[in-house]
Amino acid sequence: MKKLGKLLLSKDPFQEIVMGNTALVRAMIESGTEVITSYPGSPTPEIASAISSIEFEKRPFYFEFSTNEKVATEIAYGAAINGQLSTVFFKSVGLNVASDTFMQLSLMNIIGGMIIILGDDPGLHSSQNEQDNRHYAKMSYTPILEPSSPQEAYDYYLKAADLARTKQIPVLLRLTTHVCHTKQKVSFSSWNGPYDKKRSLFNPENGPYIPVTSKVIPMKTRALKNLRAIEDEGISDSFAESVNNNNSKRGIITMGMPYLSLKDVLTQSNWPPDILKLGMTFPLPRQKILHFLKEHEEIKILEELDSEIELMIKALAFDNALSNVKIIGKENVQDWIGEYTPEKITQLLFSCWPDMVKPILSDNREITLSPRPPQLCPGCGHRSAFHAIKKALKADDIKVGDIGCHTLGHLPPYNMGDIVMCMGASPAIASGLSLNKGTRNIIAFMGDSTFFHAAMPSVINAIFNNHNFTMILMENGTTAMTGHQDNPSSGRNFNETVEKIPIRKVLEGFGVEHIFEVDAYKQQELSELVKEAITIEGFSVVIAKHPCMLKLTRQNKNKKSYVLKHVEIDQNICVLHKECIEDFACPSFSIAESGQIVVNQDLCIGDGSCRQTCPVSAINYPSGESL
Amino acid sequence: MNIYISGVGGQGAGMLSEILVRAIDYAGIDFKAVDTHGLAQRGGTVVSQIRFGEKVYTPLIRSGEAHMCIALELHEALRSMEKFICDGGILVYYDTIWEPLGVRLGNDEKIKEQNILDFCQKHKISAVKAFDKNLVDTRMQNVVILAQIAGKGLIEGVTIELIEKAMEDLMDGKLLETNLKVFRENLS
Repeated sequence: MKKLGKLLLSKDPFQEIVMGNTALVRAMIESGTEVITSYPGSPTPEIASAISSIEFEKRPFYFEFSTNEKVATEIAYGAAINGQLSTVFFKSVGLNVASDTFMQLSLMNIIGGMIIILGDDPGLHSSQNEQDNRHYAKMSYTPILEPSSPQEAYDYYLKAADLARTKQIPVLLRLTTHVCHTKQKVSFSSWNGPYDKKRSLFNPENGPYIPVTSKVIPMKTRALKNLRAIEDEGISDSFAESVNNNNSKRGIITMGMPYLSLKDVLTQSNWPPDILKLGMTFPLPRQKILHFLKEHEEIKILEELDSEIELMIKALAFDNALSNVKIIGKENVQDWIGEYTPEKITQLLFSCWPDMVKPILSDNREITLSPRPPQLCPGCGHRSAFHAIKKALKADDIKVGDIGCHTLGHLPPYNMGDIVMCMGASPAIASGLSLNKGTRNIIAFMGDSTFFHAAMPSVINAIFNNHNFTMILMENGTTAMTGHQDNPSSGRNFNETVEKIPIRKVLEGFGVEHIFEVDAYKQQELSELVKEAITIEGFSVVIAKHPCMLKLTRQNKNKKSYVLKHVEIDQNICVLHKECIEDFACPSFSIAESGQIVVNQDLCIGDGSCRQTCPVSAINYPSGESL
Repeated sequence: MNIYISGVGGQGAGMLSEILVRAIDYAGIDFKAVDTHGLAQRGGTVVSQIRFGEKVYTPLIRSGEAHMCIALELHEALRSMEKFICDGGILVYYDTIWEPLGVRLGNDEKIKEQNILDFCQKHKISAVKAFDKNLVDTRMQNVVILAQIAGKGLIEGVTIELIEKAMEDLMDGKLLETNLKVFRENLS
């Protein structure tokens, strides 16, 4: 068996099949990155999975999952101004959380260099919006690189590390979902480490590190001069590659994953345009772009999501009085939406140059099948909780959801979540709703990792300003949705066993007077507690606790003593109330052709949380068995 | 050649893809591949795409251009074929059903094996069924599928030996042993 952890520490050059996220880890090692931090979020958590394949003692860097993206950024920054090359990585919307700190980074003399890896998510595979984080590059005066493949993610990281170190600046490395997750055979270089640990190099004289009022002006000047230098020294140009197809009429400027989609589409074109592929998209490689504009009559700009490059290139053409070239940017609203797949690129090219590509024939391939959205796993404590909580609420009560597996509660048949915004937002939104609640009850759902991530200020606010609603904390002891990363209530961090930080005690410390706690499998009790909590004037909390059963079952399956059990329906008792299938809706239940309710043995984990939902007690363990 | 693999989160579509990709690489063919990660892994539709040939730029398969669909579940078999398979292509499917939410709630129609076969006939698709009635661990359904592919030589260059070599890259000990056993038993 190939051991990834060993491969990643190989001294010799090697080739291996890896996804983009894994390729980054080898680049971190080769470049001598010393501190890496993150908060888990798709499409980036597999970077940490690759890190975890290296034994803790052998890791040539420090890594932690911090409590949120802002904290992670600050740790990487602290290490970097102490001389250590540092990297922080997170998902697209993580930058919103980190932005209060991130916005100052370019003002600082970051002596060790710092890289911020972003996993942007065009196509919304697992995010609440499609935000194009290239805006942040511009807004914060930070150079940004956009690799198109795992090989390039690795190559660009090494270059970003050089740039960050030599200029003592932050550098953004923006991957998108399909760059993070594409697998290819990547060629890696040698590694001469592990390197000696440097001494603590922080020195206030390298600063200033205090952006206060007029002190900021020289700092901002420095940031802008750094950007100018990156352009003037040809660094930005060095990332731009042109593909010459001897087409003096038409050219395309593109970058990242759309470049590969374009190359794919053009394999079927008789008259391909020239291509200028950008690697650094801010600051722009002005010289190469100007040259490309002058060499062609028409330029199509293919950039996923927003028209960042387009606007800068049009301004560049205007400033240089290039009136002979026609620059074609985004046209229809759809051009700002979704991934630039080969199909999308074909449509975009056809709409401006219909002779270049074949049109996509109107697709008669409509999917008629029942969709399969993600759902709570068999045995999930959240299912039990939602089933019980629903019974305690009136139809017009308002349920505010949050981010995590429990977001899935908004789906039928639970319909437990009328509103979702972002990490940790539910208590404050519930506070706002409660200002004019009339006879309606207001419920805010919250997960444990999310509680520590961003909910604590709004929980404190609810106490401080005496808001009137009930928060239901769905505590499963892990960060389940992103792949079971430990959080402060888990009793482990990424590297070692630590004391649990019990949420109940945190809430007590905040001064929450009304806290109820129950195992989410005890549905009757939970339902009663919620009924009681919502009658309380003021802020109350119900902790519905049950370990993540996907994680627990996986762990148990590795134990020799483990025997997988299943429940079964006693057909002599079942009178087809269908509460198990229609209301509780565990995926293990289905209706057979005979009309009977049956248990799918492939799915059932034998947890038995369903048994209490049957009004006639027809769900049982096979004779004699019990959990 | 384009292979579109689909299943339900938790069925092992990712591992199936990883084994195939490594076997394709051992056969000396250029490839790119991509799997679903994140949210959908919680019981949603998961997809892996593999494209291989002389020169491959992107792993993303266009509608109607999959030469082969591999499905770990019947609904997903039909879903992937409706959108991706080309006429005259090959379907390899595991004969099992994990009902989608709409079906379980009685709002949508359930798929039967016959629906798959009807679709295949209409579009001249060869349907290859994988099923092992003795299989205890559902996580090895993917290996039963691989046995059909390698045993029948459905992908040029991807031999039994290369699949086993790929499996040896990814597993060891008891796990490798049981998977190889299931693989070999299902070859004929």
